[in-house]
Amino acid sequence: MAFESLEQICRLCREENKNFYQVVMEDDEKEREVSEENSRRKMHHMWQAMVQAAKDYDPALKSASGLSGCDGGRASVYYQTGKSLCGEFIGEVVTTAIQMAESNACMRRIVAAPTAGSCGVLPAVLIPCQKRFALEDERIEEALYVAAGIGQVIASRAFIAGATGGCQAEIGSASAMAAGALVYLQGGDEEQICDACAMALKALMGLVCDPVAGLVEVPCVKRNVIGAVGAMTAADQALAGIHSFIPADQVIDAMREVGEKMDASLRETGLGGLAATAKGQEVR
Amino acid sequence: MGDVIVRRGMCPAVFSFGRAEIQEKEKGNQGMNIFEILGPVMVGPSSSHTAGAVRIGSMTRKILGEAPVQAEILLHGSFGATGSGHGTDRALLAGLLGMEPDDSRIPDSRAEAGKAGLSYRFVTGNLRDAHPNTALLTVRGADGRSVRVQASSLGGGRIMVNQIDGIRVDFTGEKPTLIIQNEDKPGVLAAITYTLSAQDVNIATLQLYRDGKGGSAFIIAETDSDLGEEVLCELREKKGVLKVIRISSEEER
Repeated sequence: MAFESLEQICRLCREENKNFYQVVMEDDEKEREVSEENSRRKMHHMWQAMVQAAKDYDPALKSASGLSGCDGGRASVYYQTGKSLCGEFIGEVVTTAIQMAESNACMRRIVAAPTAGSCGVLPAVLIPCQKRFALEDERIEEALYVAAGIGQVIASRAFIAGATGGCQAEIGSASAMAAGALVYLQGGDEEQICDACAMALKALMGLVCDPVAGLVEVPCVKRNVIGAVGAMTAADQALAGIHSFIPADQVIDAMREVGEKMDASLRETGLGGLAATAKGQEVR
Repeated sequence: MGDVIVRRGMCPAVFSFGRAEIQEKEKGNQGMNIFEILGPVMVGPSSSHTAGAVRIGSMTRKILGEAPVQAEILLHGSFGATGSGHGTDRALLAGLLGMEPDDSRIPDSRAEAGKAGLSYRFVTGNLRDAHPNTALLTVRGADGRSVRVQASSLGGGRIMVNQIDGIRVDFTGEKPTLIIQNEDKPGVLAAITYTLSAQDVNIATLQLYRDGKGGSAFIIAETDSDLGEEVLCELREKKGVLKVIRISSEEER
């Protein structure tokens, strides 16, 4: 049974004295009728695929439309100068997000998380964190269970596709998933995971899906950056003991309501927002 | 046994589209397993326009039952409008060549088609009352077999086959699926369900379609377990059975 609320996961954590990731993993074992080893192996495959996708980035690639490519290389060079505003660590997050989203636009292999358009967010926070804090793969994979559990609840209560709920449902969901994963990595408890998830989602609420020419390129590539950086700040706030006034499940419900009120031109049709600008209209 | 859906005659396309939508909603987002949230591993840029398109191609190849040497592919709706920017054309070809959505050769599938001796032609067109992301593939195999498959990409890489040779069918291929083309006459279904039950195969869903009384018909059965070659041979020998196609469930990675 897929989880329908974060509260349900938290209750199981409390009642059975388990970690957030354990509750999600054990549910996967039941749901797909597989062993723990099988479930972990599959998650390991996902993580390996993310790491490989990051390694395979080619700064010379351009997409078929010519709208994306090469910016991942620019970001990488700039942040290495030591003159950036955000510093080296956030610089790596930004660079990884751009590179992964550009790889996606250029038909390279990526991991949809939760969608192809938002594939840069999770690896952009997890890869630099693994390096900085010298984390084992196994621990990152546990954080991915946390992310997947959050994504499952969002999919169940609202949506995770731009066509149904706007960009808030794609980059917003990815950001909320990443925020929860980061809190887990830093030793936060299930309440802090939910706080981080709520804060990340609130920060991007109302974001429309307005891709130029209907392609997963402009503004999708750069929105992966804000999803990843937003996850970092939301996780830090939660770890500092800052609470979300609105509980995470209710934030998700509000996101659904906002998405349902969004005009169709702002839900992946390529007809409104940035797609409808004079410059956006030049691309056909 | 699970749901049985019996559909008589050629259904009005409007009704059929409605049904495809309902199935999409029923499955919808609810009850997505965690690897549908985190995953699939796929070649970008779009799960609906790229990954789903590869699956439509590979499903068509499975239904044909051999490597295709000739293909005419009609792109409808958003597939036609934004398909080239999403690599939908290359993805469909890649699927026809037997690739899966994570195959890194997908961007080069035109060259791969040349190597494999597959000639192809793309056209854009308007299919009546079809889902916005739909393709109609007319393919011919080396030994002259041919089939026409219409399928839609529903999002998240999931697909629905809507028509085979002009006859309405609705299946996703997510579960092991048995597609049987048969003569529309008494006893065929009974013989098939008897064979499956004798082999201890549980039927999850069962659908019947036909183009008219006594004409060409399809039985689509989703089963809880994959079927062995010997069961398929047995089914092929049944009276009134014209063709048996097996779609296996996706392999565990």
